Amino acid sequence: MNPDASPARTEAFARLVLPHLDAAYRLARWLLRDPDAAQDVVQDALVRAMTYFASFRGDNPRAWLLQIVRNTAWSRPRGPRLEALDDDAGASLIAPGPDPEAALAQTEAHSQLSRMMARLPAELRECLALRELEDMSYRDIAEVTGVPVGTVMSRLFRARKLLLGQAQGNPE
Amino acid sequence: MTDTCDDWGLLIQADLDGELDIATIARLARHIETCPACAGLQRDLLALSSRIRADVPRPTAPLALAASLRPPPSRRGWRPVLGGFATGAALAASLALFMLTPRPDPDADIVAGHIRALQPGHLMDVVSTDSHTVKPWFDGRIDFAPDVRDFATAGFPLIGGRLDYLGGRVVAALVYRHAQHPIDLYVWPATGTAAPVVSSAKGYAVARWTAGGMAYTAISDINPADLQEFARIWAMR
Repeated sequence: MNPDASPARTEAFARLVLPHLDAAYRLARWLLRDPDAAQDVVQDALVRAMTYFASFRGDNPRAWLLQIVRNTAWSRPRGPRLEALDDDAGASLIAPGPDPEAALAQTEAHSQLSRMMARLPAELRECLALRELEDMSYRDIAEVTGVPVGTVMSRLFRARKLLLGQAQGNPE
Repeated sequence: MTDTCDDWGLLIQADLDGELDIATIARLARHIETCPACAGLQRDLLALSSRIRADVPRPTAPLALAASLRPPPSRRGWRPVLGGFATGAALAASLALFMLTPRPDPDADIVAGHIRALQPGHLMDVVSTDSHTVKPWFDGRIDFAPDVRDFATAGFPLIGGRLDYLGGRVVAALVYRHAQHPIDLYVWPATGTAAPVVSSAKGYAVARWTAGGMAYTAISDINPADLQEFARIWAMR
């Protein structure tokens, strides 16, 4: 028998990783803005997580799983893209236009705020969603998104100022 | 706002996010007292954060996500995982999420739903011991009206409700408590009548019955006789 698939390890995976399935799904939804694609990505990510779990040594399984989900989402051909953030970005958050989260809106009555969040550039909305909706620390968000803590801070600040209608287009 | 205040902005944000040390918090507080722009930003950021947390939904992962897990094209590595199955009820129950069973198991969804509900913060969407609060909560969220009753006097107080997803449809989940153990009662429309039958699934007691146009499935880790009593009270009302 493959030692990596021992009952103890399988039990550890179920105990440490599965409680974060909802957070994983929500992050994928924020990144992809599509429940079906989010489900696919989490499924792929779980398979990867199961495979790599033998080498997991950290004390933060949530950040570890979300990092895998995030990388899986970003590596999809139709996944999120880094978007140039210019001076008009604030206007585009509010202006009507193609509705990227139409599929989400079908199942839930989304607030204006949800729609504005969904229109933030992907690297901003993932930081904001992890902070506000998963209550993660800057350090954990940095681990998940693979950037320094200072970048997390500036992304959060840009996201919030965009939502507050105070876009200033500051480059990172 | 000046560049200097932009630096303060990051500190104001970090303070609201709980990331500042005491000394910096004190320095920030002194600045905000003398800077209306920064005081305004603090108010705005705090209000935004509160609104996001209150208004933006936090959907839970569909049960189908866990249930539909299939082995990757290369199957080696998955079989051994399953070979280690069934070392204790809790483990078995957790692994219900990963069972790659060839046939759908009617209990797997129920057990998986119950276990996921036991994770912190997942048990209830509406927390109330008042059936007159819980029942209207379901209005507009589902296309049927479950009967919501409290059996506190019989030792099974209602503590809340939530929506769940079982067998391809959204169902109402009523949450009761008996001697500190939660009981999930799933309700969805069905025809026919059937008296309660108690069985056990992966270490949990499960009771099923059908009455009054609704199918009921209760699951808990209380002993089967107690769950039988819970089902009896419900079914005889």
